[in-house]
Amino acid sequence: MSDLLTPTDSGLYCEAGDFFVDPWRPVDRAVVTHGHADHARPGSRAYLCAREGVSILRTRLGEEAPLEPIGWGETVRIGPVAVSLHPAGHIRGSAQVRLEHRGEVWVVTGDYKHGRDPTCTPYEPVRCNVLITESTFGLPIYRWPDPREVFREIRAWWARNREEGRTSILFSYALGKAQRLLAGLHEVGAGGDGPILLHGAVDALTRRYEEDGVPLPPTEYATVERSKAERGRALVIAPPSAGGSSWMRRFGAVSTAFASGWVLVRGNRRRRAADRGFVLSDHVDWPELMTTIEESGADRIGITHGFTAPVVRYLRESKGIEAWEVPTRFVGEGDDGGGGGGGSDDGGERGRSGGNERGSGDGRSDGNEGADAEGAGATEETADTADAVPRGKSDA
Amino acid sequence: MKRFSELVWALDASNRTNDKVAALAAYFREAPPEDAVWALHVLTGRRVKRAIQGGRLREWVAEAADLPLWLLERSYEQVGDLAETLARILPERPAAERPEPLPLHRLFAERVLPLPELDDEEKRPLLLTSLMELAIPERFVFLKLITGAFRLGVGTRLVTRALARAAGVEPAAMAHRIAGQWEPTAETYRAFFADDSTDDPARPYPFFLAHPLEREPHTLGPAAEWQAEWKWDGIRLQVIRRGGTSLLWSRGEELVSGQFPELLEVAGALPDGTVLDGEAMAWSGEIPLGFDQLQRRLGRKKVGPKLLREVPVALNAYDVMEVGGGDVRDRPLRERRRLLEEVVGRVRADRLDLHAHLRISETIAADDWEALATARGEARERGVEGLMLKRLDSVYGVGRVRGTWWKWKVEPLTLDTVLVYAQAGRGRRAGLHTDYTLAVRDGDDWVPIAKAYSGLSDAELRRMDRWIRRNTIEKFGPVRSVPVEHVFEIAFEGIRRSTRHKSGIALRFPRIARWRTDKPVEEADTLDTAKALLEVHG
Repeated sequence: MSDLLTPTDSGLYCEAGDFFVDPWRPVDRAVVTHGHADHARPGSRAYLCAREGVSILRTRLGEEAPLEPIGWGETVRIGPVAVSLHPAGHIRGSAQVRLEHRGEVWVVTGDYKHGRDPTCTPYEPVRCNVLITESTFGLPIYRWPDPREVFREIRAWWARNREEGRTSILFSYALGKAQRLLAGLHEVGAGGDGPILLHGAVDALTRRYEEDGVPLPPTEYATVERSKAERGRALVIAPPSAGGSSWMRRFGAVSTAFASGWVLVRGNRRRRAADRGFVLSDHVDWPELMTTIEESGADRIGITHGFTAPVVRYLRESKGIEAWEVPTRFVGEGDDGGGGGGGSDDGGERGRSGGNERGSGDGRSDGNEGADAEGAGATEETADTADAVPRGKSDA
Repeated sequence: MKRFSELVWALDASNRTNDKVAALAAYFREAPPEDAVWALHVLTGRRVKRAIQGGRLREWVAEAADLPLWLLERSYEQVGDLAETLARILPERPAAERPEPLPLHRLFAERVLPLPELDDEEKRPLLLTSLMELAIPERFVFLKLITGAFRLGVGTRLVTRALARAAGVEPAAMAHRIAGQWEPTAETYRAFFADDSTDDPARPYPFFLAHPLEREPHTLGPAAEWQAEWKWDGIRLQVIRRGGTSLLWSRGEELVSGQFPELLEVAGALPDGTVLDGEAMAWSGEIPLGFDQLQRRLGRKKVGPKLLREVPVALNAYDVMEVGGGDVRDRPLRERRRLLEEVVGRVRADRLDLHAHLRISETIAADDWEALATARGEARERGVEGLMLKRLDSVYGVGRVRGTWWKWKVEPLTLDTVLVYAQAGRGRRAGLHTDYTLAVRDGDDWVPIAKAYSGLSDAELRRMDRWIRRNTIEKFGPVRSVPVEHVFEIAFEGIRRSTRHKSGIALRFPRIARWRTDKPVEEADTLDTAKALLEVHG
């Protein structure tokens, strides 16, 4: 029996149902996991998506985008294939895709995490025969600290900056991470510590979250006047591309920080031109990845987006699980995931200089979410590395 | 160790010097002396005996984490720091199941200092127990302590400043108090905090250091305000004669008396209460021998008669810090030079047998910068690295203060080389391929001639890293071979014959000067060009 999903030039393709999962070129029928730019690409003629993510996808793909929203766990048939979406907990509206055909179940996780995030429905494990999972942080050094602790650290940093009369600039992706930061600070009681201002890219998306009823602290758009008025007091959330730009001048003396999973590693954090790094990721860490694989009950595991080679080798050699690399266009790190950090860093730096958001740091995925079109452009620039090593499951 | 671990991570978390000094000062004020003294010990670069080999440690931790060794190695490649890799790769016990961490002094006494003496069967359980009892941040600190590499971006100067602030004394006074050797005990620490600490006669003064001159010398003002000396390549030494005792301190604040018995004799001939600054150099008659000869004298506890004969050492004295038991560092160089000439002149007059072992640094008389530039032009022929420029009215400062002492080195030698292998760096370059092996052409072949780790900007390094990943021909462990495509101009300070390198050549301090994107590889230098340099400068 042929595989239910196969890698193609346009992305993962389901031949039985004639549709694609997160295609990177326009297709007739797409199933889209979430709104980040390396997953939701414009131009397709139909998008099956989670109802929770509709407003974000409209922002990203256009108000007229042909969305076909469904509820969590609701099954639709595309040809002979039963398709349902299940919460992935990555950002608002992020979904895992479950496909069932002739008694075999495949699940594509998209991007996901287990950690607490009040802005979206939490991840749910889905049992399957074949699991295709991301591996952005697929090395055993990646173990996330308790996010509440991280929010307390951010709060303390902000308080210290207020004492010293510095504006606190926190860099994060405009979509998902920024709102999780807001919600998290709200939860630890920091929402009222001082004024919170948002960069334009963050502001637009945050309003969508508010319209959806996500509990967030009061925030305002960082106009020049407001920014000047709140110098030394405000917490500002901005995409990394704003760092070092003339936009920063309105805030006077600043302390800068990154919120990302990559800053867990000291070397990686020190490379960033920021005063602080806060470890907060919207991807699974190593223990979560292993738990997901175990709980899925799958006997074949496809690994994509990240440290694919080491995870595949570990599963095969140490766990005796059949595993293979699923090529993707959106990886900058080549065949061994070696640049997981490096690759993202490239993006991060390019982000700062080139004015796109790609590497705000948290790796290839949210990196290119950019509210701007360049985000995607930068991603494609690095994509040839991945294309150079397409290694399907033939050698699995 | 909880407080110390918090300090280490606070130092690591901030890029601001003020934050670091504040965190250190708070620690020094608040931590119990018996713990703080150990913190000071490691933060000032004093070593603890290495407890274990990295390889063994990796194996044990991989086993304990139930992970294959290759995955640990792969993670290390990503992290670029062994202690951090090992700290993170072991699962952490829930906080409730971990005992309260030992105070720092007990950690040393019970977990760190005993380790090197144990055999593997005893060492392994002690080590793994220690690791499993600690949270990840503390583990990292513990691993740094036992692997003997504790560098966290705070230099001794910063630590001294913080300690001085905590104790309420001048940084220079504190630098003097904590220089040299001391036992890490609470008493020692309290003495550092004392108001009227009677200064131990063995203690050296902190060395004053020069900066490289990176602008035109005439911007320094009239040449007449400066003293110029040859810049040799020796070992910086402080020679102390106090209370009938002689001591030789190196810049690492290590006692090196045993390595230079001739100089100890020189020290013995100095009047009591004298401290000289200078450098040890290998001299044979009037001819200075190279650093490679001097190197044969280093790292030994005792020097045999044969070596003493073959590589005789002299002190090239260039400053004086103490005369007649009085600190003269506040006097201008002009005056200190006169005192130095007096002291050295008297010893040389009284002790003809010491002439070969005590020299005074030659000053170069010149009316203007042009004349000095001419002298500097002769540097390589003389076997010196360039000139030292010191303001005649300058005091003998502490550490690296800008503006009064400059190293004006000769232009380095250069070669155009091509990149043939690359390897991922460490520390802040972790995960980026930044360590290059560079080659010159030899007929149809490329022969490696140097390894270079520095010289490119961060943006260039990232660009190269991407290119290296995409164009890897073959991987040998962490090393990748790449097609011959990029030309780098390397600069270096010296060139010597070597039997250890395939090219037959060893370069001194090679680094990348420029990325020659304008040059095709065909125009890279050849082994013959390098050999010609060797003939002239080797």
